[in-house]
Amino acid sequence: MTGFPILSLMLAVPAVAAVAALFASAGAARTIALVATLIDLALGLDLWANYQIGGPQWQFVEHAQLFSGFSWALGIDGIALVLIVLSVFLMPICIGASWDAIEKRVPEYMAAFLFMETLMIGVFAAQDLFLFYILFEAGLIPMYLIIGIWGGADRIYASYKFFLYTLLGSVLMLIAMLWIVNLTGTTSIPVLMEYNFPVQAQYLLWLAFFASFAVKMPMWPVHTWLPDAHVQAPTAGSVILAGVLLKMGGYGFIRFSLPFFPEASAYFAPLVWGLSIVAVVYTSLVALVQSDMKKLIAYSSVAHMAIVTLGLFAFNRQGLEGSMVVMLAHGLVSGALFLCVGVIYDRLHTREINRYGGIAINMPHYALFFMFFTMASVGLPATANFVGEFLSLQGIYKASSWTALIAGTGIILGAAYMLYLYRRVAFGEQKNADAAAMPDLTAREYLLLTPLVIATLWMGIYPESFIAPIRADIAHLDARLAAARPAGDAQVTPGHPVAETHESAEHSGEGSEK
Amino acid sequence: MNWASSLRLVAAEEFLSVAGLVLLLVCAWAGDKSARLVTWLAVAALAVAGVLVAPALFGGVFGAEASAFYGQYAADSFSSFAKLLIYGAAGVSLLVAPGFFERQGGYRAEYPVLALFAALGMGLMVSATDMLTLYVGLEMNSLAAYVLAAMSRSDDRSPEAGLKYFVLGSLASGILLFGISLTYGFAGSTSFDAIHTALVGKMSTGSLFGLVFILVGLSFKISAVPFHMWTPDVYEGAPTPVTTFFATAPKVAALALTMRVTLFAFGMQAAAWQQIIVAISLLSIVVGALGAIGQGNIKRLMAYSSINNVGFMLIGLAAATPGGAASMLVYLSIYVVMSIGGFVAILSLRDAEGNSVEKIADLAGLSRSKPGLAFVLAMVMFSLAGIPPLFGFWGKFVVFQSAVAAGLVPLATVGIAASVIGAFYYLKVVKVLYFDEPADKVVGSVDGVHAVLLYGSAIVISPIGYLFTGWLGGLAQSAAAALFHAA
Repeated sequence: MTGFPILSLMLAVPAVAAVAALFASAGAARTIALVATLIDLALGLDLWANYQIGGPQWQFVEHAQLFSGFSWALGIDGIALVLIVLSVFLMPICIGASWDAIEKRVPEYMAAFLFMETLMIGVFAAQDLFLFYILFEAGLIPMYLIIGIWGGADRIYASYKFFLYTLLGSVLMLIAMLWIVNLTGTTSIPVLMEYNFPVQAQYLLWLAFFASFAVKMPMWPVHTWLPDAHVQAPTAGSVILAGVLLKMGGYGFIRFSLPFFPEASAYFAPLVWGLSIVAVVYTSLVALVQSDMKKLIAYSSVAHMAIVTLGLFAFNRQGLEGSMVVMLAHGLVSGALFLCVGVIYDRLHTREINRYGGIAINMPHYALFFMFFTMASVGLPATANFVGEFLSLQGIYKASSWTALIAGTGIILGAAYMLYLYRRVAFGEQKNADAAAMPDLTAREYLLLTPLVIATLWMGIYPESFIAPIRADIAHLDARLAAARPAGDAQVTPGHPVAETHESAEHSGEGSEK
Repeated sequence: MNWASSLRLVAAEEFLSVAGLVLLLVCAWAGDKSARLVTWLAVAALAVAGVLVAPALFGGVFGAEASAFYGQYAADSFSSFAKLLIYGAAGVSLLVAPGFFERQGGYRAEYPVLALFAALGMGLMVSATDMLTLYVGLEMNSLAAYVLAAMSRSDDRSPEAGLKYFVLGSLASGILLFGISLTYGFAGSTSFDAIHTALVGKMSTGSLFGLVFILVGLSFKISAVPFHMWTPDVYEGAPTPVTTFFATAPKVAALALTMRVTLFAFGMQAAAWQQIIVAISLLSIVVGALGAIGQGNIKRLMAYSSINNVGFMLIGLAAATPGGAASMLVYLSIYVVMSIGGFVAILSLRDAEGNSVEKIADLAGLSRSKPGLAFVLAMVMFSLAGIPPLFGFWGKFVVFQSAVAAGLVPLATVGIAASVIGAFYYLKVVKVLYFDEPADKVVGSVDGVHAVLLYGSAIVISPIGYLFTGWLGGLAQSAAAALFHAA
């Protein structure tokens, strides 16, 4: 399909705006950033509206041989589409959340965020292996600066940890990519997704990709950078980190690990299950004892992401679709939770849970929103998380019932730590005078949280809007994985007709009586 | 083969020699007053020499067509690729010199002339196809370089740097000469062509020794570990424009020379030198990265960074393929631009009294007082670390690509994992520039020439640089092909 290069335009708008913001004054930079992200949101919605469900697998394809060794190849399928829509949806909210909270070095801040947006859209839209890698890894620079410049007290440690952890993961992937391109002679992701790699080679390649995506996701035990980064990052940084950057790991699994290496994925599936269930239980327990709100939500992110990996490596449609929905839902809900924390952090400048209490009395509207997102995070039916978690667990149940059983406890623990958090912050006595004096939500904060509520409910009540674009791609992936799919331990076997056995038992019973 | 065609092939060297001698007369008569004029004339001479060598690169000249003086000298596309880089880098280090030396109390007219002779020597090095041409070129460059290092007589560190450089450089030359004599003894000739054909099959112990000594001598010149110790001291001690020069032009010359010696003269013995190259490459990457972490002086940091980068370039050499050689040339080109950007930025760091600021701690919070300068310096650091989307990534990328294509996956894996260690100290500089509270030590502005060079190199290492990859890659391939054609 050749037409208007809408994807390139979506990449160009924030990139140009980033440069413009860098040279603008603080006020102008805010406006530039907001306008640019809103334009991208409009373009993203246009993309969604024009995406043909049931049309060709790759749409809005662009190709230009600009570089030696790789090309400017863009194009999206349904999976990329929904993630791009999520990114462009969250960006204006991030800019809005930083409107007053960021006071120093505003132009640079806005430029970093806009640059980040270009890279995020690019990662999901890239159809060339090396273009993907460049955009994937380039995200480290703006995020390093966002955490390091505008972060909290311990920001420098957190920024180093974030950078070096993710860098070490991705360089191994680069070597694997070079090897792949050397073997196959192509850098096109759609072609490689259909390429059958020799099974022996798949194992090491899978591990190299896994190193990168597991860190990004993050999976236990390489998740430790996330709580640090989240706690130290400014509110909008946390939103984008939880909302989109973590999804790059999941996207990597679904775009690369599974279709490239189906056999190796099946071989390593028990490893992924093991790490994931540890993550679900362990990080949920850790979340339970946190005294820092952001850290608590960060650990809950790790637990939710573990549900995603479980669903992905369940090797069936329910699991794959479910994990896509969890990713989207988590993007909305945990983003919203970080915003909620941001709201009270802006007022009291502390994330200590104990410094709050009883704020439902003086901030009833806020308490309502916070309650809604708490419930959404727990996975209450009619919210987005419920759909995703239900499907994912159903998927993993088909593959391994024990894994599903243990992972299911994560839902209960999730309810425990989220409700416990909510009780300590919103209910109880107003033991701190300054917390009791906080004013309720401002119009700006309403404006930020309301779209998230609507999106969360929409996804929870009518998930079809989000599942429809990905259905064909998931089915395609499912078909590719079919040959390698590990046999589940909960096979449905036809039973014997009940009536007959009952009758014969009766007969024999009668016979023995006689 | 006749004299006329030979003389025509070495036109650039002839022109530079005459220009150097004329300029020497100018500064003898007019004294230091003429220093600025001589500088500009020297830059013009380098530009003319660049124009003279360029056709060989764009025409893809190689083989007998490019050979002069009975196989002692090759004006092929490979040598002109390297020469263009050398002349460019030498020109830049001339352009930044007057401002610096005038602040230091007196710019001397000898500086541009010496740089010109050094460039001439480097041109000889990269064109050498005979051990003796090689040695003459190397010494011509080195003698000029020793003097340049000691140029700043008001600063104690500068003569010390010059002396250290001289002593260790002479030692290296001696070792190299010993290797050459052994090789001559076993191959029966000093010509690369003859060595190439003589050394086939199993290598005798003597010729192996010759090879090892030659490699040791060359490792000194490219400052590869374990022969790197002089680098931090010389980089720190030499006046900054001279450091700019050392970090760029001689690096190109010595690496190009190493490539010709290994890939062509010892081209049939790749297995013998490959393992040596692999070892020194990994050592350079690791030692360069670890050594840099503790450095408090930005010039020393750049010295370790250059050791680290040479290690990455040697990965391309270890591949021993035309692709590997081409990737080295691409990396070298990008590295030269990054170094120029970095050193021009360092040259622009001055305190209230006009003295150079070299301590990294004094750069704290530079992003607030001098946002443009800090931005470029941060870009250079990320680029040297090889983080996309900056252009430095492309250098690493092509080198690792060629290594993987040559089947050196373990080397590539270890090398790239070690690059993460390197990323740490580059990040540290960015942290000081952006995260720390301002020290407000750095004042003064970036003046005309510096600004052009600074922002020019920033544009090249920005993602815009990727648009040049096709063009650069094509030229590098044609240059590398010349190296292998003869073989």
